[in-house]
Amino acid sequence: MSGSGTTQRWQDARGPFALLFGVPALWLLLFFLVPLAIVWAYSFGRSTGLTDIAITGTLSNYARTSSAVYLGIFAKSIGFAALTTVLCLVIGFPIALVITFASERAKTLLLLAIMLPFWTNLLIRTYALMAMLRSEGYVNTSLGWLGIGPLPLLHNNFAVTLGLVYVNLPFLVLPLYSALDRLDRSLLEASLDLGAGHWRTIREIVIPLALPGILTGVLITFIPALGSYLTPDLLGGPNSQMIANVIERQFKRANDWPFGSALSFILMYLTFLCIAGQGIIARRREKASAA
Amino acid sequence: MRAREPKGPLDYARSTPLRLWVGLVLVFLYAPLACLVAFSFNESKRNIVWTGFTTDWYGKVFDDGDLITAFVNSLTIAALSTLVSLVLGAMVAVALWRFRFPFKPAFEGLVALPIVVPEICMGVSMLVFFSRILPWPTDLPWPLDLGSIVIAHISFSFPFVAIIVRARLASFNRELEEGAKDLGAGEFRAFFDVLVPHMRPALIAGALLAFTLSLDDFVITFFTAGPDTVTFPVKVYSMVRFSVTPEVNAASTLLMALTVVLTIIGLRIQGRDVAEMGNG
Repeated sequence: MSGSGTTQRWQDARGPFALLFGVPALWLLLFFLVPLAIVWAYSFGRSTGLTDIAITGTLSNYARTSSAVYLGIFAKSIGFAALTTVLCLVIGFPIALVITFASERAKTLLLLAIMLPFWTNLLIRTYALMAMLRSEGYVNTSLGWLGIGPLPLLHNNFAVTLGLVYVNLPFLVLPLYSALDRLDRSLLEASLDLGAGHWRTIREIVIPLALPGILTGVLITFIPALGSYLTPDLLGGPNSQMIANVIERQFKRANDWPFGSALSFILMYLTFLCIAGQGIIARRREKASAA
Repeated sequence: MRAREPKGPLDYARSTPLRLWVGLVLVFLYAPLACLVAFSFNESKRNIVWTGFTTDWYGKVFDDGDLITAFVNSLTIAALSTLVSLVLGAMVAVALWRFRFPFKPAFEGLVALPIVVPEICMGVSMLVFFSRILPWPTDLPWPLDLGSIVIAHISFSFPFVAIIVRARLASFNRELEEGAKDLGAGEFRAFFDVLVPHMRPALIAGALLAFTLSLDDFVITFFTAGPDTVTFPVKVYSMVRFSVTPEVNAASTLLMALTVVLTIIGLRIQGRDVAEMGNG
């Protein structure tokens, strides 16, 4: 958009520009960038007292994050997020397909049905899952009537995965739907007419064409899942801690802010890496289709 | 019965296995919430076996002073945060739409940053900021004591508003604004009489999103809030940690009802705006 002939040069209306640009920019600087910059600086510091932190330029906090315990937690978090994304894809793809080809009315209703839990408070949704899964919860009580269980459903890795899928599913269904909705249907019809089955059409036509949208969906599911705090905290057990829980502990109980800051920034860098990766893939595809 | 059209090759919406799948997933999404609502009306405190209908738990919620305070705090924070987010978000959108200036792509990226930064990172940065740089006095009268939380909420909400409004402005005919100025309208007249009416649906959608984001936030508030300021999610979190009780069910049901009402109102208003645009 920038550089198009119709935009105004900022010098031509300094007053309105200063107001429209200046106020939000100042806000962003003061209440977003400065706080992050302090955390960044702390990640190179060391605690010298109960509340004093000396920024010494040390890399020891980052060195600590590469010990086996923390590498394990990073690996586990990435594993949880990846598993969640794959499950959401598998569960969400058929739903997006149905929404795409539904009648107008059914489409609106289905989209609303998928969106409504997303508007519901995250804590309430997590609490609702707790009530389902605990050993005296609804699922185990029902199983008990059948003479099964009680199964250990809560406070373990299974509960965390289930919770992450439950919470993040709408994030993936919506971009998947908008990607599928843009497809040229005549291509699908042609593929089916020429004798390809449904599976083959989906594999060889739908997925390659909708790939940019699918990747966007994967990204916006993976990133929040990776940084999840509440789900592993409430649904997880002692060994289903994710990065965010470890960060929280450093800032509250353990009171080791420099180390927590280093962990926070590694999580940030991981996030940016994912975004950059998606950007590179998207650009490469654009180039390939232009050539 | 009306004869149905034969199924077309792309009629995935009418394929039985796919329909079954959608049904199952909807059960997965809604069963926990439905149970939560249903058991908020259950007499038994043990919360599993249905023993009879009661609204006592709602009475308990309304008698629980802490919970009500937390609820009022949450609504106040959401309202204040929405108001400022709308103004800041609209300013960003108009600045990006109207002007070209150096480092514009960098600024655009910067504005989107609060959306992608993990909540936990933003939470700890706010904790550090409000404990070391700008210690928020704890003895301020209500609602000033909520200031730090409101500021944190604005920082993560207004970029969403900016994106929504920006998308809407892309469809605006710049000549309308220029025409208004040619006809003698000043900057402010042109802005409020021409640009704002065009942005209205996006402003409503943005306000709704900002309000929900604020009401929904737990992590960032958890880190920003002092020991004496409690919001609804923070309060529910402390209750949930101990046990699953019908009182929490009732409080959650009330908040869900509020969210559903807000969503419906938002959709209605947006629907009306779309209809008006169609007629105009």
